Amino acid sequence: MTMIEKLKDFKIKRLLFNFLIFNLLILTSIYAIEPPANVVAKDNPNDGGGSILIQWRISPSDSILDGYRILRQQQGSTEISEVGFIGRGRISFTDEGTTDKMKYTYQVVAVKDTSEVASAWSNPATSKPQWFDTNRISVVVFTILFTFLIIYFIERAKKGTNLFVRKIPGLAAVDEAVGRATEMGKPILYVPGLTGISDVATIAAMNILGEVAKKIAQYDSRLIVPNTDPIVFTVAREVVKEAYIQAGRPDAFKPDSVYFVTDSQFAYAAAVDGIMTREQPATNFFMGYFYAEALILAETGASTGAVQIAGTDAVTQLPFFITSCDYTLLGEELYAASAYLSREPLLLGGLIGQDWGKAVIVVILVVLTVIGLLTNLQVLKLF
Amino acid sequence: MKVRLPLLLVLITGIFGALPFLIPHHVIQTADNEFRNSVLVIIGAFSLVLGVGSIIRHHMDKVRRKREHWGYSWVLLISLLITSIIGLFGGIDGNGSLPTHIGNFHFDIQTIFIRMEVPLGATMFSILAFFMSSAAYRSFKARSFEATLLLLTAFIVMFGSVPLSAYLIPKLPHFAEWILTVPSTAAKRGMGFGIALGGLATSLKIILGIERGWLGGTK
Repeated sequence: MTMIEKLKDFKIKRLLFNFLIFNLLILTSIYAIEPPANVVAKDNPNDGGGSILIQWRISPSDSILDGYRILRQQQGSTEISEVGFIGRGRISFTDEGTTDKMKYTYQVVAVKDTSEVASAWSNPATSKPQWFDTNRISVVVFTILFTFLIIYFIERAKKGTNLFVRKIPGLAAVDEAVGRATEMGKPILYVPGLTGISDVATIAAMNILGEVAKKIAQYDSRLIVPNTDPIVFTVAREVVKEAYIQAGRPDAFKPDSVYFVTDSQFAYAAAVDGIMTREQPATNFFMGYFYAEALILAETGASTGAVQIAGTDAVTQLPFFITSCDYTLLGEELYAASAYLSREPLLLGGLIGQDWGKAVIVVILVVLTVIGLLTNLQVLKLF
Repeated sequence: MKVRLPLLLVLITGIFGALPFLIPHHVIQTADNEFRNSVLVIIGAFSLVLGVGSIIRHHMDKVRRKREHWGYSWVLLISLLITSIIGLFGGIDGNGSLPTHIGNFHFDIQTIFIRMEVPLGATMFSILAFFMSSAAYRSFKARSFEATLLLLTAFIVMFGSVPLSAYLIPKLPHFAEWILTVPSTAAKRGMGFGIALGGLATSLKIILGIERGWLGGTK
């Protein structure tokens, strides 16, 4: 090999070496991962204590990361423990395993395959329980406003102001339905739903039962109240007993007319279907919360030719009742029934207050919808 | 006293029941859980005794007076007695002091529940399909504007959910979905507002002692 050829070979080798080094540098710069920054730890707000919220500024290499490991160190201890791992794109993590009043610091580690880069340690933070959930201020404000509206209209009712309540056909038909049963000499069946006494619909059903039982006592008809919940059964029996006393017919009350059947859903439906086919009640009331048995009960009642009045706040069961019953109280009408039937000024005042509360919500909704629509109109974005 | 004491109890428990919603502090949350898991469970257990007493009294009375279909009351009373004995002394899986199998024939309370009550419940549930048909027939027989509208909407939603509709009328599935997501949801939400406010108003009236129907309307 001549001197010139040797020189050429050396230049080619150096060129190749430079090229390799250059590529290596580029690859390293592409795959180098950077840690997240500004890691801040603070007490998790609106909780019962025992948790710390950790927030950070996202890593510039976030798009190629597997995720972030969260490390915790208790102040005064050298032990570091991993408290969680979350995927890329996240900028916060809640450590729910802290002890209140203890100080903790956190480190967020960016992870890509086997490479890891840790952030600086956060500020020390302690967890503590809160005495008020600030996220629920709106609920508190609305409840206070709503309570004032109800109290205002109750006071107006107390002063003797005539309060108008629109006619509810299902409730207007109660007298007629009870009268029909008396004329036919047949009993009246009252089904108070399938939920416990803690459900507002069941309490509403008890309120209606009291008014219906008073009318039944006055007409001297027979009442049957089968129950699926033992607590509801005891309340229902007391309600009916008290209604008979108020109607001046305590002797006509039969404790056996209100009884517990079973807490099994479909066994209860079978039992009530049996009562309807055997006893052939002239009127069936279905008041309260119902599940899939709603149509089984209402269709069996319809097949016996009974007048049926239903009322429920179970939105999914309403179409079935509307189809199979003569009258149906829709949702809130169930709650209004007690006031409507008793015509007590105090209850009517509460009812009017409730309607005003609804009107306030509707106005707020309309105003906010209009604002929302106007601010999102494409034409406004031209200006 | 007969009225004031229950009203006072309702006022206190009503306010206490609302506190955990607003106060996340563990003192309140623990007290609330304790109340729900202990006190209410004990009350429920006592009321169950009252319930069972009621059903026994009801059917014993039917048997004693030999009312119509009194034979069925015997079936209920005997079944109640047998299952109670098996449940109380045979244990849940037949691991109690009472033997609950004869060879391979098991009659422990768990087997009775799985092999008898569950299939009987499923049988009642399956009747729903037939009742749906009869209810739909009655509804559509009404021949009113609402019934026609209901029939038309039901047809669009049902037909729009099967693949054939997309083949015949490509836009029908979208229209069916629109019916479910826009008018149907709007109506449901409207009712939801009414129900929520009605529930709130009823709760307030009960807590404040204005609504006393649950006490039998005692003034």
